[in-house]
Amino acid sequence: MIHRYIFLAFFRAGMLGYGGGLSAIPIMHREVVTVYRWMEAEEFADIIALANTLPGPVNTKIAGYVGWRVAGFWGMMNALIASVIPTAFLMVLILTTLNAFKDSAFVQGMTKAVLPVAGVMIGVLAWDFVRLSKKTMGWAITIVFLIISIVVMELLHIHPALLIAGFIGAAFVIPTKKKGEEKRVDKQ
Amino acid sequence: MIVYWQIFKANFIANMLGYGGGPATIPLLEHEVVNTYHWYTTQEFSEIVALGNGLPGPIATKLAAQIGFDLGGTLGAFIALVATIAPTMILMLILLGVLMKFKHSPIVVRLTLYVRPAIAVLLGAMTYNFFFNASENAGITHTAIIAGASFLLLEKFKVNPVYVVLGALLYGGIFLS
Repeated sequence: MIHRYIFLAFFRAGMLGYGGGLSAIPIMHREVVTVYRWMEAEEFADIIALANTLPGPVNTKIAGYVGWRVAGFWGMMNALIASVIPTAFLMVLILTTLNAFKDSAFVQGMTKAVLPVAGVMIGVLAWDFVRLSKKTMGWAITIVFLIISIVVMELLHIHPALLIAGFIGAAFVIPTKKKGEEKRVDKQ
Repeated sequence: MIVYWQIFKANFIANMLGYGGGPATIPLLEHEVVNTYHWYTTQEFSEIVALGNGLPGPIATKLAAQIGFDLGGTLGAFIALVATIAPTMILMLILLGVLMKFKHSPIVVRLTLYVRPAIAVLLGAMTYNFFFNASENAGITHTAIIAGASFLLLEKFKVNPVYVVLGALLYGGIFLS
C-alpha cells in the first residue's frame, strides 16, 4: 500500500512539474507534507536546502530521500523510478518517432524552428543565474566571477570542470569575513 | 563497450559539477556530448533540449535518457540515468548528518554561490551558439520571429512550454519546410 502511495506522489509531481525540477518542488511539498503527511513542513524545507547544496538534479534527490525515509531502500527506488522513468520514456518515444520521419520536409522544417525556442529557454536560464548571483553576492563580485569564467572557459577553452573545481576550492579557502555577507546569503 | 563507459562518464561529470539543480547540468552536458565526444551537433542537441523543456519532469534525467538511448539503446539509457542520479543521491544519504549540521555554514552556502556565475557563462555561450546556428538554418527573420514570440509567450504570458514548443514545431513545418 505504502509503495502505491509513494509511486503516485512522485509520479504526479514528475508529470505536473514543467520547466525542470524547480517547478515540481511545490507539488512535491503538497504530496509529502499535506496529502500523505510523511514529514513536517520544516523537515521538508531542510531536505530542499540540503539537496540544493549538492550538485545534480534537485528533485530526484528530494524524491529519493523522502522515499528512503518512508520505506527504506525500495521506497527510495520506487520514488526515483516514479519521478524519472515516465517522463524519460515519453521523451525517448517522441524524439525517436520524430527522427523516424526525418526525411520528410515538414519534419525538417519543424526541427529548424525548435532551435530559437531552445535558445530563448536557455537564455532565460542564463539570466536567472546572473540575477541570483547578483542577489546573493552583489554586482561587483558577480561581474568579477563572470569575467573570470568567460576568460577561462570561452577564451582559454579550459574544461569547465577545472574552473568549477577552482571556485569550489575558493569557497573553502577564502576566509569568512563581515557578518553582512552571511546575512545576504541567508536571505536567499 | 567503451561507449557505455563514455555515456557514464559524460553524465557523471555534468551532474557532479552542475550546482544549481538540473538546469545547471544542461550546458555541462552539452560540453561533453557536443564538444568532447562529438555525439551531436549543436542543432541536434538543441532539439533534445527544446523537447525536454516542453515535457514535464526533471530535465537532467530526460536528457540523460535520450542521450543514452541514442548511443546505446535501453541499456545506454539505463546507464545514463544511473550516472545522473546515483552519485549525488548516495552523497546525499551519506552526508545528510554532516550537511544538516553545517547547512548554515558560510562555506557550504558559498559552494552554490561561487559556481553559479560559471554556469551562467556556460548557459550564455550555449544561447549564443543556439541563435547562431538557428539563423544559419532558418534565416535571421524566422529566427527573430520564433524567438520573439516564444519569449513573449513563455515569460510574459506564462504559457505552458509544451504549447510553445508545439506552436514552434507547427510554424516550422509550415514555413520552413
